[in-house]
Amino acid sequence: MTLTPAQALITIALLVLGTVTTRALPFLFFPPNKDTPAFVLYLGRVLPYAVMGLLVVFCLKGVSVTVAPHGFPELLAILVILGLHLWKSNVLLSIGAGTVFYMLLVQYVFV
Amino acid sequence: MNEKTKALRAAFPVTIPVMTGYLFLGMGYGILMNSIGYGPLWTLLMSLLIFAGSIQYVAIALLTSAFNPLYTLLLTLMVNARHLFYGISMLEGFKGAGRLKPYLVFGLTDETFSLLSAVDPPEGIERKWFQFFITLLDHVYWVAGSVLGSIIGAVISFNSMGLDFVLTALFVVIFIDQWKGTKNHIPALVGLGSALLCLLLFGQDHFMIPAMVLILFLLTVFRKRIREEEKP
Repeated sequence: MTLTPAQALITIALLVLGTVTTRALPFLFFPPNKDTPAFVLYLGRVLPYAVMGLLVVFCLKGVSVTVAPHGFPELLAILVILGLHLWKSNVLLSIGAGTVFYMLLVQYVFV
Repeated sequence: MNEKTKALRAAFPVTIPVMTGYLFLGMGYGILMNSIGYGPLWTLLMSLLIFAGSIQYVAIALLTSAFNPLYTLLLTLMVNARHLFYGISMLEGFKGAGRLKPYLVFGLTDETFSLLSAVDPPEGIERKWFQFFITLLDHVYWVAGSVLGSIIGAVISFNSMGLDFVLTALFVVIFIDQWKGTKNHIPALVGLGSALLCLLLFGQDHFMIPAMVLILFLLTVFRKRIREEEKP
């Protein structure tokens, strides 16, 4: 543990505060007795799609294509997930097999 | 059978895909927490009170670096900013929830949102209780999975290198499902393209905020075009 227990507890409290804030703000800004602007509803419809693309990139941000292994473990594992998921459409299988495949790659192949 | 039991029985089958996902992701989280020296009680506390998978995984990095409250809060707001949009999408859906609403809002995770926004309660089931039990079951799965993982991590030792890829895998799978679920791919491409562009321009430590601004900008500018695409 790098943090003292008190520091860890404060960190957790801030994680709770930040999460609750992002979840509750829309309901505070747009109470049920008022019509929500059409533009806000439009954003609510399209943003989840855009944010998922952002999060995929967020997860891969540390990957370097110029330094060995040049992002090959990530690329191969994502291709496995893509293939499996288009074939079987089983969320657990795709995530499980993709993760195990990646772990094997970084532990035994690209060491 | 009373109203609540009926709602619970209707909610359970709907949550099965999330149950498998949460047990698995939760276990991965518990194992990682254990590997950095935080045992089952810490994991229980975090999964119970935070209930947000991606930021809890990110928090592993926060718990293993120097104490920095401001950065913690900003990072949480940024990583969870997408929840703003779930809230906006559920403004209508939670209107009749009454005293259950605070808990529904607290528990509005990616996966819970994906269920609540896609599934309507069957005939004769009260919407708010159906929504409540979906949220509660998901919460239970997440807490149970992560505590179980933490215990497993303490009992069995193995090389967990690369296990954090489970989060990438989750987001890739959701991305594919969303892609298959709509004919309009502009929003998904806007997200992916903006993020990649900003990553190249600003680097991995500073790209999230510019990417979010760019996404909002593009979705605003192209809203007419995107609405056209949405029409069948």
